[in-house]
Amino acid sequence: MVAAPLGLSALAPAALRRMRGRAALAGLSALLVVSIVVAVTIGPAQISAGEVWTVIAHKLGLVADSPVSRLREGIVWELRLPRVLAAAAVGAGLAICGAVMQALTRNPLADPYLLGVSSGAAVGAVSMLLLGATLLLPVGAFLGALAAMALTLGLARAMGAITASRAILAGLAVSALASALTSLLIFWTATGDSYREILSWLMGSLAGTRWTDAALGWAALALIGGPLLTSGRVLDGFVFGDTAARALGIAVDRTRWLMLGGTALLTGVLVAISGAIGFVGLILPHAVRLVCGGRNRDVLPLAALAGAVFMIWADTAARTLFDPRELPVGIVTAMLGAPAFFWVLMRNRRAT
Amino acid sequence: MSLVVSHANLSIEGRAILDDVSFALAPGRLNALIGPNGAGKSTLLRVILGFEPAARARIEFEGQDFLALPRRTRARIAALVEQSATTDQPLAVHDAVMLGRLPHQDGWGAAHDNDDERIVADALSRVGMEPFATRRFPTLSGGEQQRVHIARALAQQPRLLLLDEPTNHLDLSAQIAVMEILRALADTGMTILVTMHDLNLTAAWFDTVIALDRGRVVAEGAPKAVIDAGFLARVYGVPATIFTNPASGRPMISYGPGTNSVAGQIEI
Repeated sequence: MVAAPLGLSALAPAALRRMRGRAALAGLSALLVVSIVVAVTIGPAQISAGEVWTVIAHKLGLVADSPVSRLREGIVWELRLPRVLAAAAVGAGLAICGAVMQALTRNPLADPYLLGVSSGAAVGAVSMLLLGATLLLPVGAFLGALAAMALTLGLARAMGAITASRAILAGLAVSALASALTSLLIFWTATGDSYREILSWLMGSLAGTRWTDAALGWAALALIGGPLLTSGRVLDGFVFGDTAARALGIAVDRTRWLMLGGTALLTGVLVAISGAIGFVGLILPHAVRLVCGGRNRDVLPLAALAGAVFMIWADTAARTLFDPRELPVGIVTAMLGAPAFFWVLMRNRRAT
Repeated sequence: MSLVVSHANLSIEGRAILDDVSFALAPGRLNALIGPNGAGKSTLLRVILGFEPAARARIEFEGQDFLALPRRTRARIAALVEQSATTDQPLAVHDAVMLGRLPHQDGWGAAHDNDDERIVADALSRVGMEPFATRRFPTLSGGEQQRVHIARALAQQPRLLLLDEPTNHLDLSAQIAVMEILRALADTGMTILVTMHDLNLTAAWFDTVIALDRGRVVAEGAPKAVIDAGFLARVYGVPATIFTNPASGRPMISYGPGTNSVAGQIEI
């Protein structure tokens, strides 16, 4: 066996892939910036991309005077931009959570929504809302998410070894219970249009998003999503199972506990912002894997960017398709995500 | 002797899985761990690596208290190949082998990338899998996947290599390929311990056999000294006729109908 030339041939694809990975990262980043600006232009009031740039530059103090009227400036800065940015944070965060959960549980169907974590978070968030503790909304959502995750994984384990389909079945049960609780809590206490409010928690909605929501989303993304994003190398160590991970020197239990806790925390904050939006965490990581392969190091940042772009456009569709009525954005993601879910199921027949 | 296992004990719910197991292995030899299912073979590998917190054992490797070493240091010294570990992830073979560099990398891993590439290429070439570097792991045959796992273990640059039934579920030529790889690795002076089911393969390839039965070491020595008709009847409860391969002098076992627990004769 001649090692040297063959060794080089193994090097070349690695370098090639690194280049392709960087190109994909740069391309998606550019697409995200363009999506943010274009999505802000879309809506009942016609606003040009130039005006959007001007408002942003003016607000950031880059230009002194703005020729854009105060009304139009208000539409861009107070209504649309925070909503688009919140959508981006929610999409990126959900995609990260999905990818991390899929890697840690070796379950291609893992996703905050399908495992009941999002629904659990919604119960927690609504409880805080009803108690009048609006500031504790994300805390309640986190506790709800954590409880739901523990319940789902506990139920799945009680059925035997945790397989993908057992986890999904357990998630289904937890999700049904949590959704019923959310509905009950709102119905019990609300006076007016409770159906609408129930729907926005169960299906997810970004209607009425303010800067505080966007800031909360981006802060959570930076503080929790950031560390998760850089953990791809360790996540890759789980690819052949727990024992293999242990043999590579990974502290398996501590790592899994910490990282699943991180996804519950992030999911909780995101659900507090937008309600339980389904399928984003499921489909984006899979879509990215189709293109760039299975390494979590590559998948995580690309899935985050793709999730942000996806969510921006899903929400833009939700608020404009039936203008002036708003569609809960979860309906859009489910319309796209459910067929993709089915496709993942078929692809992983053996595993489930 | 490089690996010394002393008084390994493990009980789960009052049942002894390992009962005072002690043995020592020399580097550069192929050592097999045999015994019926449930004898504790795989568990013993896990105990050696420190994966069974409930176990009591002293594991010494090259004179050091192995289990006292930090987790990552242990992963730089010892590697494990499990039986048929697989994945549905579209992971490239090259990347699967690169996982073996994990215990050598710091958090970011960028600093040693070039070294890592060289080590991965070398590991792939040692198992004859370099043409498969860009193939996706799930598309490989069982034998190819097993060779990739061995390459991943080699990328850890271990001095102690443990394999759990690496030839299970492999066709004949893949079994022989794995054994040839292991023979070559032993010849580099690595310490190698392999759990085995196939006694004929064991007898033909291994230098030393350690037999476990219900958690105890019941025999230890060269295949010729351990594997005889009485041993098979005692430990496996199977009547068998044992021949001696006239070319290698190693035992050959026949279990079929018409066998009884005796030594057979080969007419040449």
